[in-house]
Amino acid sequence: MARAATTTDPFNAVAEPRRRQILDLLATGERSVGEIVDALGLGQPQVSKHLRVLHEVGLVAARQDGRRRIYRLDGQGLKGIHDWVSNFEALWQERLDQLDAVVAELKRDSEGDD
Amino acid sequence: MASSGTAELTLPSDTQILITREFEAPRHLVYRAYTAPEFVERWWGGQRGNVTLAESDLRVGGRWRYVMTANEGFEVAFHGEFREVVTNERIVNTEVYEAMPDKEALVTVTFTEVDGRTTLSMLTEMDSKESRDGLVASGMEVGVQEGFDVLERLAIELAEAEG
Repeated sequence: MARAATTTDPFNAVAEPRRRQILDLLATGERSVGEIVDALGLGQPQVSKHLRVLHEVGLVAARQDGRRRIYRLDGQGLKGIHDWVSNFEALWQERLDQLDAVVAELKRDSEGDD
Repeated sequence: MASSGTAELTLPSDTQILITREFEAPRHLVYRAYTAPEFVERWWGGQRGNVTLAESDLRVGGRWRYVMTANEGFEVAFHGEFREVVTNERIVNTEVYEAMPDKEALVTVTFTEVDGRTTLSMLTEMDSKESRDGLVASGMEVGVQEGFDVLERLAIELAEAEG
């Protein structure tokens, strides 16, 4: 899988712990920039920078509410990450299902010996 | 299929992947199926190819090497060394994807039996983000992003909600 530079790649975007905190916070509902600043205890410039990165890679979406900018999670952007993780999970699901079949066979054999 | 459980994947920290699965069998059988090459040949490929080589010298300092030919035709090979071997209980080994030979993971597998059922836990620890990327590149796009388990759960929910 080709990987792009940090701020254009959702995988790298979520590698930054503060950005994950923001995503976790938005997971509980949409928030204004000010609310995110308060919740994280970071300066507004830092929060805005992280939000810009998350927005650029499509992990969050924004809307204007008067003078406030409200952010929410963007499910489409998250889906790419989800697909990546789920592929690895699916591989191990397959492997362990096969392992389970082998184990069941060994169990049958060992019970047959009794 | 005699399926008795579902594999669960979590990401306990930025460089770890934890996979657990329960089996309806005593642990010495799960251990044997997990470790013995003649059985590894039957499960390690999943649905993605045929295992063409499974070699394993199961003792501290011993080496292992598994190779599969993926359904698409390319070869995927991993190898490593055993660091700890406690029969029926615990194995610690290194793991290297041969296409990225300078990246090494440490894998700890434990077998816990309760009331005749066995839980297999496999913790994969990578020394860095770069090593994690090595796993990602392993032919079949076998990969995982570093620590965001909350995000992962959320992404699954969102993906399902959006169909």
